[in-house]
Amino acid sequence: MFPTTQRRMGVIGLGLGFGLALSGCAGFGNLGTQPGVTTVTLASVNNPQMQDMAQLLPEFNKLHPEIKINMIFMEENDLRNAATKDVATQGGQYDIMTVGAYEVPIWGQNRWLVDLTDLAAKDPSYDVADFFKPVRDGVSYDGRLYAVPFYGESSFLMYRKDLFQQAGITMPERPTWDQVAEYAAKLKDPSKDRAGICLRAKPGWGEMFAPLTTVVNTFGGQWYNMDWQAQVNSPGFTDAVKFYIKTLDQSGEGDPVSFGFTECLNLFSQDRAAMWYDATSAAGSVEDPKNSRVAGKVGYVRAPVKLTQNSGWLWSWNLGINAKSKHKEAAWEFVKWATSKDYAKLVGSTLGWSRTPPGTRKSTYEIPEYVQAGGDFAPLTAKIMNEVDPTKPGVDPQPWVGIQYVTIPEFQDVGNQTSQLLADVIAGRRTLTAALDEGQKIAQRAGNNQKKG
Amino acid sequence: MTSAVEETPTIQPPITAAKSKKVSLADLKGQDLAQRKFARKLIAPALVAAILITQIPFLATIYYSFQDWNLARPQERSFAGFSNYVAVVTNGAFLPSIWATIRIVGGSMILSLLLGLGLAMLLDREFKGRALARTLLITPFLVMPAAAALIWKYSLLEVNTGMVNWGLGLLGIPPIAWNTDHPALTIVFTLTWQYTPFMMLILLAGLQSQAGDILEAANVDGAGALQTFRYMTLPHLRTYAELAILLGTVFMIQVFDPVNIMTKGAGNTKTIAYLLYERAFIGQQVGEAAAYGVITVILTILFATVALRTLFKIFTEEAR
Repeated sequence: MFPTTQRRMGVIGLGLGFGLALSGCAGFGNLGTQPGVTTVTLASVNNPQMQDMAQLLPEFNKLHPEIKINMIFMEENDLRNAATKDVATQGGQYDIMTVGAYEVPIWGQNRWLVDLTDLAAKDPSYDVADFFKPVRDGVSYDGRLYAVPFYGESSFLMYRKDLFQQAGITMPERPTWDQVAEYAAKLKDPSKDRAGICLRAKPGWGEMFAPLTTVVNTFGGQWYNMDWQAQVNSPGFTDAVKFYIKTLDQSGEGDPVSFGFTECLNLFSQDRAAMWYDATSAAGSVEDPKNSRVAGKVGYVRAPVKLTQNSGWLWSWNLGINAKSKHKEAAWEFVKWATSKDYAKLVGSTLGWSRTPPGTRKSTYEIPEYVQAGGDFAPLTAKIMNEVDPTKPGVDPQPWVGIQYVTIPEFQDVGNQTSQLLADVIAGRRTLTAALDEGQKIAQRAGNNQKKG
Repeated sequence: MTSAVEETPTIQPPITAAKSKKVSLADLKGQDLAQRKFARKLIAPALVAAILITQIPFLATIYYSFQDWNLARPQERSFAGFSNYVAVVTNGAFLPSIWATIRIVGGSMILSLLLGLGLAMLLDREFKGRALARTLLITPFLVMPAAAALIWKYSLLEVNTGMVNWGLGLLGIPPIAWNTDHPALTIVFTLTWQYTPFMMLILLAGLQSQAGDILEAANVDGAGALQTFRYMTLPHLRTYAELAILLGTVFMIQVFDPVNIMTKGAGNTKTIAYLLYERAFIGQQVGEAAAYGVITVILTILFATVALRTLFKIFTEEAR
């Protein structure tokens, strides 16, 4: 009796297992094969602008009932890892991805993304020329468009109008870094725990080196020259870093190595800093009276300069289509919808004008309601986005397109390690010369790779 | 089903066991042999699965460590020979990282062991609300590492609003920029805070297993509290402390969250775990990261066999 029971149990178990596996497979496969409906998977960074996009998906479905968009949200670093792995191993798991301006040219060069130039030109109402030229340049490789911008930002200087007035200082429209350092020294107030200026110094290529590279550019330095020879311990780079650290030391925030974007936003919004040099997208939070004690008291001017005309950075989150995607046409329909002129109006009229994705299209800044809601910073943002030059942001020419980063795969690593060395310099554990010499070696290894390729 | 259990072939102690300590299959006859063989067949699938699951990832890692593979440069993937291992040695990041790991783990270990011992001694006494005190003291161990790191970063060590600097301010000490000036210390604080309860629990178990009559006898013989502690309690606690140190090292050596959240690897806080993460996910150097992994495994095995074995030999010999 026992063996038969055992065998029967075994058969039932096996049957159950197979049944589950089969039904599981069938269910999963069915998702994409509902008659006439194509499912497009979108891997997205979890920024508020993208979450607004998810909210507006029903509007897209009204126009395209045959396309189902499946959005997957990830934190920025996770998205970068997941998307890189997917495209690098030719997985084709995601049809559309939000790709940062740093990766688009690299991925375009690797042919990991669909060339969108012709698709975008085909529909006159899409109007590619309406995108700010620097933003378009930032997501192109060899003159071809590999992703389309969803929202963009530059950097500018935020300052407290009330404090400047009290001190009798007028902020020029285009300040120099020397002026800013001088004002910061005057306006710092240790008795009120107020720093003269907040500057990011948290290690990381996207934290410390976003603002610092723009300072390096305007001081006449650069990461690499035209022959991919590293320039990290050259005079221009050294002067810029020396200036940055000295300014932090004299009138920056306490414990600078802890401070990145979020920490500076907190400090500035809580009335603990007189100036803050950071992303134009920060202004929306600074002007939000619910979270900011300084709303309405902040003035905005262009990024401070030294030797160049402009010094703002350029960043955009873009929608790119995976070259291995099986639903490229459906994917393009969605990408076109989400980056069209009408999308800005749709967000503005349904979710509120302050939530319109900024910094990509000129036409957005011609919508009267948006300009009205955007206050002081919206028109300035539009001007800056048009002025910056990602092809030659510094004094000398450079062999890549990009302002606060170098578009080579190794830059994350190079920027990261160098920023860790500079954190030691800020704390006085290492001399500036030693740190930059070490950074030069790290950068040169990556430069040598680039020469080979 | 009861009958099924009864009918299951059971393995009885082999009769030949008395003759020699080691029993080989050849020594067995008849039913014993059949039972042994049956038992082995039953274990075989699990054994094979265990070997595959544990060893295939390691073999893959070894394979990757000989590849020149940057995720973002797919065209240039090729066999690299030993160049990844050469890079590990010449890049100069590995030795400082080992050193940072030893300092951070060692420092946190000593601090949490001492604090844990003190708290365990206090909790070993009878007092009102002991259960509540014990629960409260254990909580830091239950907090997720990332949450613990955030608590320390923002609530305690923040330069303007942190409680530690506020407390120092009351004593007239100017605020300290913890993360800038003492990054390694901030990690040690967090780890110590998290692992003191763990040490305390193990040592408390040791204290409570100490027989009361022996302590009473020591008292009758005229030993003072300090002498009792030094000559009775500490030797008794040694095995418990060994266990606590061993498990604590295994846990702490994986420290990642506080480094990623608080210091980003700056200022001698780049532990091995964080270094591997950086090579693989920021550097995207799959081959180089694999080489770091392989070397770490080899060093760990060496350390475990040589250092731990001699260490415990000393302990056991002293105990005799």
